[in-house]
Amino acid sequence: MSINTSAKISQPFQANTEPMLEETSNKATTKSSDNKSDITIGENIIENPKFSTRNVDVFYDDKQAIFNASLDIGRNEVIALIGPSGCGKSTFLRTLNRMNDTIPSCRISGEITLDGENIYDKKMDPVLLRARVGMVFQKANPFPKSIYDNVAYGPRLHGLARTNSELDEIVITSLEKAGLFNEVKDRLTAPGTGLSGGQQQRLCIARTISVSPEVILMDEPASALDPIATAIIEELIDELRVNFTIAIVTHSMQQAARVSQRTAYFHMGKIIEVGNTSQIFTNPRHQLTENYITGKFG
Amino acid sequence: MNNTDKVKQSLKKRYAKEKRFQLYGKIAVMTGFVFLGLLLLDIITKAIPAFQSTEILLEIPLDRHTLELSSNIALNEDTLSAIDYAGLVKKSMRQKFPDIKKRKDKKQLYKLISSGAEFDLRDMVISKPELISTTPLLIWVKADDDIDTFFKLQTRTSRVTDKQAEFVEQLILQDQIRTSFNTTFFTASDSREPEQAGIKGALLGSFWTLLVTLFLSLPIGIGAAVYLEEFAPQNKLTDFIEININNLAAVPSIVFGLLGLAVFINFFGMPRSVPLVGGLVLSLMTLPTIIISSRAAIKSVPPSIKEAALGLGASHMQTVFHHVLPLAMPGILTGAIIGMAQALGETAPLLMIGMVAFIVDIPGGVVDSATVLPVQIYLWSDSPERAFTALTAATILVLLAFLAVMNMLAIFLRKHFERRW
Repeated sequence: MSINTSAKISQPFQANTEPMLEETSNKATTKSSDNKSDITIGENIIENPKFSTRNVDVFYDDKQAIFNASLDIGRNEVIALIGPSGCGKSTFLRTLNRMNDTIPSCRISGEITLDGENIYDKKMDPVLLRARVGMVFQKANPFPKSIYDNVAYGPRLHGLARTNSELDEIVITSLEKAGLFNEVKDRLTAPGTGLSGGQQQRLCIARTISVSPEVILMDEPASALDPIATAIIEELIDELRVNFTIAIVTHSMQQAARVSQRTAYFHMGKIIEVGNTSQIFTNPRHQLTENYITGKFG
Repeated sequence: MNNTDKVKQSLKKRYAKEKRFQLYGKIAVMTGFVFLGLLLLDIITKAIPAFQSTEILLEIPLDRHTLELSSNIALNEDTLSAIDYAGLVKKSMRQKFPDIKKRKDKKQLYKLISSGAEFDLRDMVISKPELISTTPLLIWVKADDDIDTFFKLQTRTSRVTDKQAEFVEQLILQDQIRTSFNTTFFTASDSREPEQAGIKGALLGSFWTLLVTLFLSLPIGIGAAVYLEEFAPQNKLTDFIEININNLAAVPSIVFGLLGLAVFINFFGMPRSVPLVGGLVLSLMTLPTIIISSRAAIKSVPPSIKEAALGLGASHMQTVFHHVLPLAMPGILTGAIIGMAQALGETAPLLMIGMVAFIVDIPGGVVDSATVLPVQIYLWSDSPERAFTALTAATILVLLAFLAVMNMLAIFLRKHFERRW
């Protein structure tokens, strides 16, 4: 059993990586190498990943939120990030499209690559990155505009449609892909905020896929929804996997089991275990993972 | 004694305490209302006479013979303005009271009517030369302010002589004296004669001043608020600026007047008494209000909306201009209107920059000498003529009406646009 794949790989990586903030990186490495429990168990490194993170540390001011996280996300897979509250899974997700840039106190070191490109490189434009890596948030946050304008905002922003009919086309396909079109086709000019919670979340998904991102990050997309709306979203996630790579943060282990192929278990800012979802839920290798999925805490 | 009994015992006391507290609150509210009511009642009762003016009917012969205009003289502005209108008015007054012979009495008789009557007559004739005909002109001219007060309020001051009171009684008997709506109040500018004084000059002065204030303080205020709230780095300098903006909001307004005098007039050499400088000074005063309220409005935009836009790949500026500002606009405008209302009612800083001068001309732009409504109130409240008391109150009413309208607009904007859907 490969106990410490990451530890083996992380050695050469540390040598190659050009850390964003050298000072903090050094501090972090010394700190984390002292700590035995930061060794990730399982298949956190895969071949030909879409996203790849190596030795990522995230700090809010002096408080470290993520410790030495190394995780790959495969193409067209759904990876579930699970773990107790405050374990850093949302923070980790938000480093993937640099949403943490908006928080002034947040500092990140380590390497995160998307298709081999370092996303924290100076050459990488965060605006372009976010067009490639879309995000769906915990609470549905449609703009206070019409349903149509909500979905059309992204394409308009990036100039993806030259004519109005092209834009219509994008809006309709996005709504169709999000499984919302049939419900709203008669009221595209109605306010997006007037939809039900589940519909609003699907509207947000439609808005995200309207710019055809490569990766969709979902931060507990169904946590505020009832079971029926949740089921619809989960079904949708499964369908979206064909075209997109999806990373989903969830508190519901059933949801993780239903929608994802791989699962990563976070604990206190560290990735404890990564593996196939079925394996994680049936045969966890780490004590912490087992405790969590069997409901001993969390 | 068990616990229930103990609670029961204390209950009565607790309820009494609550009732007492509510009573204090009610008394406080009532007191406030009573004072407000008294204030309004006082202003309104004093203001009502100002909206009425006393007029006296004159019969003025306007045939060429009386005017000593031979038939070959053309009726143009030159010839018409050369006519002795004062004489005509006096003659007409004398004809009303043919028994008056004494020079002293005649003088008192002439004082019944406003000194502006002859000019009103002249303007009327020049604008309508066809009035020169054999039919005499019947014209209501304004009474002098003392007579006006005497007739309207039936209170005689020492400025109305016994003789004049007699004249007025006779006029009443002959039905040649009346009150009508005082249009002069809205169409004229300041004057030494209360019956000829109006607020148009001050109103326009206020308008030009506020226009300058609005055009300066709104864009600068919103710009500063957006930068400080969205873009400014979190450091000592930003904190320092923030503290100072908050402090500026509490600086006494007259200090801004002194600053305006020193900087705009003395240093930059701008003219005195003009709305441009007034607007600049009031902008300085209004800016902190607008910046603070705009920042609060921007801050209240839900971060989830910002995240949604950023997550879609909108740049920071696009996020601000597409989502944050439109959502914050009602709050920003509310703050701006309240700031403007403050500026409209401001007197002290404008005194410093010379907008307290006696100005009869109606300002046509931002660099014409002008005064503003609150300063006009201040000026008139200082005048000895009794009729100015009413004018002062009436101007206060007009000012209050504008303030009420502006505040209602602010409330409307807040209520109507706060939630877009």
